[in-house]
Formats: sequence, structure tokens, C-alpha cells
Amino acid sequence: MHIPDGYLGPATCGVTYAVMFPVWLIASKIVKKTLKTKQVPLLAISAAFSFVIMMFNIPIPGGTTGHAVGAVLAAILLGPWAACIAVSVALIIQALLFGDGGITAIGANCFNMAFVEVFAGYYIYRAISAGSTIVSSRRIVAAFIAGYLALNIAALSASIMFGLQPVLHKTASGQALYCPYGLKTAVIAMLSEHLLVFGWVEAIITALVVKYLQKQDPVLLKMQEEVKA
Amino acid sequence: MKVISKLWIGIGILILLSPLGLILPERLKAGDAWGEWGADYFKELTGYIPAGLEKLSALWSAPMPDYTFKGWEEKGLSGLSFAYIISAIAGIIVVVAIVWLIGRILAGKGDSQH
Repeated sequence: MHIPDGYLGPATCGVTYAVMFPVWLIASKIVKKTLKTKQVPLLAISAAFSFVIMMFNIPIPGGTTGHAVGAVLAAILLGPWAACIAVSVALIIQALLFGDGGITAIGANCFNMAFVEVFAGYYIYRAISAGSTIVSSRRIVAAFIAGYLALNIAALSASIMFGLQPVLHKTASGQALYCPYGLKTAVIAMLSEHLLVFGWVEAIITALVVKYLQKQDPVLLKMQEEVKA
Repeated sequence: MKVISKLWIGIGILILLSPLGLILPERLKAGDAWGEWGADYFKELTGYIPAGLEKLSALWSAPMPDYTFKGWEEKGLSGLSFAYIISAIAGIIVVVAIVWLIGRILAGKGDSQH
């Protein structure tokens, strides 16, 4: 889901950067009010986890690859704003140091994975786990469903960006200037692979870590909610 | 042991296992992620390389492109796996350093709450 340079035209790159700058600004203001010093290690671990889990390319035999993002886990542990910062840093370093995702597409990639996925995952998790105790098994189900759905919503968002390009940018002779695939092709291709394969991986890793933390140290799962209360 | 320490060990294990993300796609003949192909891919497929895509695709020259060292592209799977682990370590050190710094700068006011 790391859109490379050249696939998105200046309009999409510009708009997504223009959206993400205020989002990062708001995130830092909110995190400044709510983040506790003892949460900093968890913030760093969440970013590290997101970075490394994205390196696990999962193959569809004979087809494409994809990966989990770890963004929903970060959102559950830290709240959406802090998670947005953690995942954004991971994505920006992937683009700058490793060429994974384009420089011009940093706004777009952060929008999809550090904003759309984070917030979708957070609110789905909250909705399903509402009223349950911190060690309730409903929380594991909530993490699973939130991971699955949120990664797919992020993939949908990315595929819409791809699919808009041939509409937005064409040469006089009708050739595409950037991503040549239209909306239908892009959405079907990206959504089907995430619905069938990659979404389940995000679901499983999110649910497993939540389950692990429920057993080991439920306080870590509660820290974020205390802040809100 | 504190749970946070256990989680860091978990990150370490994931770093060591990360070459699976390289080896499995290779073994199962899976290609790039959808929408992440190199510019040449389009020549075979659509008959032309979109002009903007061709121009922009070479915009950035990353120091460790595709999580390997420059010039190591043909090193074979074991060499690439080694470079992949080094990339994971390097990337995580940078990410953790930046996030830690941001966290230390921003955190503090939240401590008084609750």
C-alpha cells in the first residue's frame, strides 16, 4: 500500500499533504496534552512494530504481495492521535531511507495508513469493546474486527487515489500521465487482495497482541482510556 | 521481566524473522504489491510508460533502496536476507530515536491528568 513516486499526480499529492500537515499539527497538540512520560516507550515500540511488520511481505502465490500495517494496534494502545504520529514516522523513514513509498506520496501514504486506518480502527475497536472490562474476550474480538476492517478501509482509500489518476491527468492523445488504471480496476484489485488475505493478517496480529497484553499487563491497554476519561 | 522489555524482545525476534517477507514471496513467485511496480512494468502491459510516472519514479534515490545495499540487488537470497535484517535494524533505530524524541518533547502535561 506504499504508493511510489509517479503514480499520483500533483493534485492528489498536494491535497493529501495539505490534509496531513494540519492533522500532524493537531496530533502534536492533543498528544502534548494527553501523553504521559511513561507512555513514551510504548509509543516507540508501536512505531517499531509498525515499521517491521510492514517488512513482512505476504505472497499471494503467483500474484502480488501485501502486508499488515500495525496501525490499529498502535491506535488501541495509544489512542488515534499518538498512533498517527507513530505510524507516520515509520512511513516517512521507509520512504526516505528505503524508497518504500514515494517522497511525493508521503502525504497520501500517511493519509491512508496513519490517518484513515488509525482512526477507522480506533473507533471500530471502541464501538465493539464499549462497556466491556479490560480483560474481556470481547476486546480480542474487537481488535480482530477493527484490524480487518481498518486495513481494508485504508486499501480502499489508496485504490481510490490510484483510480482517480487517469480521470485527473491525461495527455492530449489520451494516454495516462500517472497511474493508468481506472477506479474500477484499482478498487477491485486492491480490495479483493486485502479482503481475502492481508486484512486477516492485520486482524490476527492486532488480536494476538491485545490478548497477550490482557494476560501480561492489562494496565497497558487501559492507559489510553484513562487519558480520555 | 517487565512487559515492555518483553515487547522489545518481540521486536528483536520480528527483525530476525523479517527475511521471511523476502523469501516467501520469492518461493511462491509473488511479485510486487499492486501499484508498486517499477516504471518498466507498464511498457509490457499497456504499451507505454505514462510520461509523468516515468519522470517522477526516479525522483528520489534512497540510501538503502528496497531494504538492501546499493549494488546488492543480484546478491542472492542469503545476501539479500542479511541486508534486509540490517535495514530493519537501521530503520528501527532511526524510527525509535525520532519517536522517542517527539514523545519526550510532547509528554509531560499528560502526567498530571488522572
